[in-house]
Amino acid sequence: MSIDLLQDFFGLFGLPRRFRIDEAALEFAYHDLQGRVHPDRFAHLPDSEKRLSMQWATQVNEGFRTLRKPLSRATYLLELMGVDAGLHTNTAMSPAFLMEQMEWREAVEEARAAGEAEELAQLHTRLRQHSREVFDELARQCDDEHDYSAAAETLRRLMFMEKLQHEIDDALEALES
Amino acid sequence: MAYSEKVLDHYENPRNVGAFSKEDEGVGTGMVGAPACGDVMKLQIKVGKDGVIEDAKFKTYGCGSAIASSSLVTEWVKGKTVEQALEIKNTQIAEELALPPVKIHCSILAEDAIKAAVADYKKKHEG
Repeated sequence: MSIDLLQDFFGLFGLPRRFRIDEAALEFAYHDLQGRVHPDRFAHLPDSEKRLSMQWATQVNEGFRTLRKPLSRATYLLELMGVDAGLHTNTAMSPAFLMEQMEWREAVEEARAAGEAEELAQLHTRLRQHSREVFDELARQCDDEHDYSAAAETLRRLMFMEKLQHEIDDALEALES
Repeated sequence: MAYSEKVLDHYENPRNVGAFSKEDEGVGTGMVGAPACGDVMKLQIKVGKDGVIEDAKFKTYGCGSAIASSSLVTEWVKGKTVEQALEIKNTQIAEELALPPVKIHCSILAEDAIKAAVADYKKKHEG
């Protein structure tokens, strides 16, 4: 057993370089690879081989973690396509989008302060529905239109929405406890 | 993570939280956001006829460092001309608040918020 440490994560799991992936195929390939590179299998071999198996196992785990979650998968895919998503540097989102985000955050804050669990649950549902549409947009831009700079913009929007989702979950948890 | 005393001070007693009317002639509004952490920041400046910033307000949804950075710059821009306000650099903010490297992006957000607010103000006063 050996794996090529230079190939990208999509190649590692035998998947096409796309945003839309076959999740079951990823899962299957992960368990298969994990079994084959497990350090226990190399216990009787020289240290150099053991070290190599450790590297493979790490690569397989990191690859799975990266591809499993849509946001990290998109970030990684854009990186492979040579597009910096600017998650740490690009602060210039459209003002209308940011204003909308601020309104969402205010609504969550108010509902939390007033103890309105039902209102929070509604916000949660609305946001989930909206996220699904934006994820569809991201998939189209990546896989159908191959417009990676537009995809980067969409990914940045989704990062804010993910944060918002966490805020709502936190608020709901705080009210329940 | 341990926050510096200055961050805690601004976080617990944020200066100039609030909003001006966006339609106001002398008001410039800057909206910025940091995708990596989902922080959203609104910074507004109120500029007098002489081009000097009379007052500033902010509203930030984010971590303690982001709130402290925006609170601090609302204090710093007051009394400055819009051109002088543009000279405020994120490194000065980070240094004043003793921000650790992982929180530098909060100071960048605050610097970008000033730039966006000034740009909005200038746009209103063109032509």
